[in-house]
Amino acid sequence: MTEAATEEALEKKMNTVPLKMVGKDVSVYYGDKRALYDVNLNVRENTVTALIGPSGCGKSTFLRTLNRMNDTIDGCRVTGLITLDGGDIYDPAIDVVELRARVGMVFQKPNPFPKSIYENVSYGPRIHGLARTKAELDQVVEQSLQRAGLWNEVKDRLHESGTGLSGGQQQRLCIARAVAVSPEVILMDEPCSALDPIATAKVEELIHELRANFTIVIVTHSMQQAARVSQRTAMFHLGNLVEENDTDKMFTNPDDQRTQDYIMGRFG
Amino acid sequence: MSTTLLIGILLAIAAVAYTLGRMRANAVAGGKSSALHSRPNYYGAYVALAAFLPPLIVVAAWLAISPFIVNSSVRDTFPDEVKAQSPAQQSLAFGMVATIARGLPKLTEEELRAIQQDPSTLQAVFATKGVAVAAEARPYMLESAATLNGMTRTSRLALAAVAIGLSLAGAFFSLRSVAPRFRARNKVERVILWALLLASSIAILTTIGIVASMATEALHFFTMVPAHEFFFGTVWDPRFAGAGATSSGQFGLIPLLAGTLYIGFVAMLVAVPVGLFAAIYMAEYATPRMRSLAKPLLEVLAGIPTIVYGFFALVTVGPFLRDLSAQLNGLATGNYANFIQAQSVITAGIVMGIMLIPYVSSLSDDIITAVPRALRDGSLGLGATRSETIKRVILPAALPGIVGALLMTASRAIGETMIVVLAAGVAARMQINPFEPMTTVTVKIVNQLTGDLEFTSPQTLVAFALGITLFCITLALNIYALYIVRKYREQYE
Repeated sequence: MTEAATEEALEKKMNTVPLKMVGKDVSVYYGDKRALYDVNLNVRENTVTALIGPSGCGKSTFLRTLNRMNDTIDGCRVTGLITLDGGDIYDPAIDVVELRARVGMVFQKPNPFPKSIYENVSYGPRIHGLARTKAELDQVVEQSLQRAGLWNEVKDRLHESGTGLSGGQQQRLCIARAVAVSPEVILMDEPCSALDPIATAKVEELIHELRANFTIVIVTHSMQQAARVSQRTAMFHLGNLVEENDTDKMFTNPDDQRTQDYIMGRFG
Repeated sequence: MSTTLLIGILLAIAAVAYTLGRMRANAVAGGKSSALHSRPNYYGAYVALAAFLPPLIVVAAWLAISPFIVNSSVRDTFPDEVKAQSPAQQSLAFGMVATIARGLPKLTEEELRAIQQDPSTLQAVFATKGVAVAAEARPYMLESAATLNGMTRTSRLALAAVAIGLSLAGAFFSLRSVAPRFRARNKVERVILWALLLASSIAILTTIGIVASMATEALHFFTMVPAHEFFFGTVWDPRFAGAGATSSGQFGLIPLLAGTLYIGFVAMLVAVPVGLFAAIYMAEYATPRMRSLAKPLLEVLAGIPTIVYGFFALVTVGPFLRDLSAQLNGLATGNYANFIQAQSVITAGIVMGIMLIPYVSSLSDDIITAVPRALRDGSLGLGATRSETIKRVILPAALPGIVGALLMTASRAIGETMIVVLAAGVAARMQINPFEPMTTVTVKIVNQLTGDLEFTSPQTLVAFALGITLFCITLALNIYALYIVRKYREQYE
């Protein structure tokens, strides 16, 4: 097969994956300052989409629009259309709490609550009423910790404080906490930037496994990480979406010169 | 030469020394200030300090010590018959000498001669000059007074000479030591460090002094009244001192402590929910505009003097509650008798609670806003509402700090005086009806120390025992609160 044919086949394969979230002409303003310029970006189901770009390029801002975490920032305004399974998430009729239960989030710095490991994981299921009995709740907690690859490390100390874990374990606890709510999409904002290489490898492995059940959008500063974990990559620069492409193509033969330059380390 | 004038001269020398120091620093640097170790200002400051500080210390020491030397030498001039008298009488005699010494410079030559011939007229002559002499003067007193004046004058002149000489010498030698490699900045900063240390040690020493003075007086009290009768006595009935009573009355702490804690409890019942809710609103819901407006307004409450709250309780809240209770009683039973007294536990408690609201809200607000944003985002990101986030994440995380803040507030409630003096009444009773008057430790301290007092009777000294008890309680509360707050801070670091 020629290179062009391979590409075409890949493109076709990707194009058959249904779209989970769609962003159309998304712009974000912080007060008078514009942070995003008409971004059109789709998130495909059961795919890991990586958002890359230099600091301050708007990738985290875009990520936070997907579950309306920007609402908590004073003076932040979003225009354009973002849909989840075809429904506008900025529709006034939408309950933002319900949206965030469907689109979970993992933050840059591990932020376990100062409660026990068990309480951390059961927090979401409790407020959303996902478990009716203690046994069901126990099961949700165990399942979530297993999915986050943390169960074997913490099963004997579920009632110790979550803040006593190591950094990598804390971040996986936060992932377990997000998974416990059974979201459809998980947003990750540089989840490994505060972790050492070994903990990073574990989290990346986890992202691979989670892809089977969840749609994942991850912001990362590490090009290698984007290449390792994602199937689609979007490159942001100065608030604009420069290029969105299959990860393989993006890192071997990007369409845009700026992407090439950034990946080669010429700026950023 | 007066001390003020002397200090003024020293300051002037220091100012000149500063300018000279700068000039010399610039001169030795040859116009290149980078050649100097420190900025020229530091050299100036160093020279000024060398010219000012040593003489200042000498002046302070001289002023502290010289009166003792002068006094004892003047006493040596007293006739032997006076020296044979008791120390108290000698002191009395010296007091008169000192008064005469003060009056002597106001006399004219003739008046002085007249008095020297007939000392019995001294009292009358001095009175016309505005100097009151306690008793008839004796001839030796005039001589002693003259000696006293002479010695004081000599002492002052000597002090001025020594201080100015020292100042000039300091300026001269420090000016000579100005050189490019001389580390003036380090020396000046060292002096500043000592000044800071001195300031902080003054605060600590004052605390120790207060405790020591209270403790000695309290010890006096405990020699007259056994400690167990004070700490465990259930009756507060101090008779008037010297009213011919054979017993000195009973000094039971328990009723006062009960009143203090009861009123404090009612106050906290008012202040904690209101203050905490206000803090939650301010920290979590208020828009920045609202917050910038409401927070200072709320804190105005903290700036009102407590005596004003006392008025408020006395003329507004107390009568209002009394009338309200009469109306309620009338509606319920037809008998328009009030069941809330104007002065009562509830009046004092409510008004004190209002006073405490800003403390609770301000302290809690700081603690709630100190909870990291990451925790808030984490909870919101899981689909929790704001209210769930506050209830389940923020308040639990802030709880130790809030408990610390509440303990600090409680210690304020226990130590509060003016509101309870006006609003709680003075009846030292043990009862549980919040509508009746009770009294507190602070009220009784005020009562026992008001009026003509002799500081040897247990009726007066008991105030110090009460004071030190109160001090220990609030100190313990504060230390415990600080301990909790500090422990809580470490969680996020």
